Amino acid sequence: MISAYYFGAISLVLIGLYAVLVKKNLLKILVGLSIMETGVNLLLISIGYVSGRSAPILSEGIGPNQAVDPIPQALVLTAIVIGVATTAMALSAAILIYEKYGTLNVEEIRRLRG
Amino acid sequence: MMKRLLAIGLILVIGYWLANGLAGVPFGEDRMLVGQYYLDNVKQQTGAINAVTAVVVNYRGFDTLGEVTVLFIASTGVGALLWRRKKERTAEVEGSVVLTTGTKLLVPFVILFGSYIFIHGHLTPGGGFPGGATIATAFLLLYMAFTAYEIPHKGFEKTEGVAGMSYVLVGLIGLAIGGYFLFDWIWQTWKIGTVGELLSGGFIPVIYMLIGIKVGTELSGIIDNMIKEGVSE
Repeated sequence: MISAYYFGAISLVLIGLYAVLVKKNLLKILVGLSIMETGVNLLLISIGYVSGRSAPILSEGIGPNQAVDPIPQALVLTAIVIGVATTAMALSAAILIYEKYGTLNVEEIRRLRG
Repeated sequence: MMKRLLAIGLILVIGYWLANGLAGVPFGEDRMLVGQYYLDNVKQQTGAINAVTAVVVNYRGFDTLGEVTVLFIASTGVGALLWRRKKERTAEVEGSVVLTTGTKLLVPFVILFGSYIFIHGHLTPGGGFPGGATIATAFLLLYMAFTAYEIPHKGFEKTEGVAGMSYVLVGLIGLAIGGYFLFDWIWQTWKIGTVGELLSGGFIPVIYMLIGIKVGTELSGIIDNMIKEGVSE
């Protein structure tokens, strides 16, 4: 039986993928991309979990043997910032597309270009 | 309808495939290799007690440098995409009295808390990126509550550049003293401070202060670019 965390992370990735495949509004596609990103981050964090251990901040009472893996957390810290940066870029592109074409429907934009 | 069914079928196949792959990775089991080394040695080698920030800034400093570069490129890219000759704020409705007064009261506290987060990056959860995002929230509050507010552009953009350059400079000092880029010269050669107090952690607090200032000004700049609209003369 698969763990609830893995299940949730995979479901988030798949929900995001569904939105990217099916939705026609550009902003909904971007929301789908953000959901996918969240799923990937959740998957990374849950792979680093060791049951019964605490956060990797080695203060009083938490030694090196009572902490979870710090590497996935560092990776996710990087991934979150990169996700925010790409989302900001994509949103400004969406603003420009709306100003140029007057619509956010991807099919109509494709038709206008041709 | 056909398209949706097709998409759902494809997604179920991909989901089954991913779940099969993850079945070989049991949840909650200890499988640290390098992670255990970091946990065992983080106190002597970096002087920080927060292992995550030590990994992010010290052991894998190049990642953070790349990450800061990505954020800088995104901020410049947003500025370049949304560049117009005359850009102004076009909001018409001022926030209610409760909102504006509350914002005036809250902004200094939010900035203080953001600074607290990035100064204590080596002792408590957080670090440069969460602290910088908190500071940008303060400026977002100002933008939302007042129709005419604008960040002081000249100062902000210069601060951003200077903070980014200082990060590279700290790395280059390490290259001069220790022999490789981003060598932790403050902790490895001078051993300033005792582990667990504010004055420790080598160059982690220094770099996180620079990153916090950089991220705060960068995200505020992105907010500023997105919230303004082009005005025809």
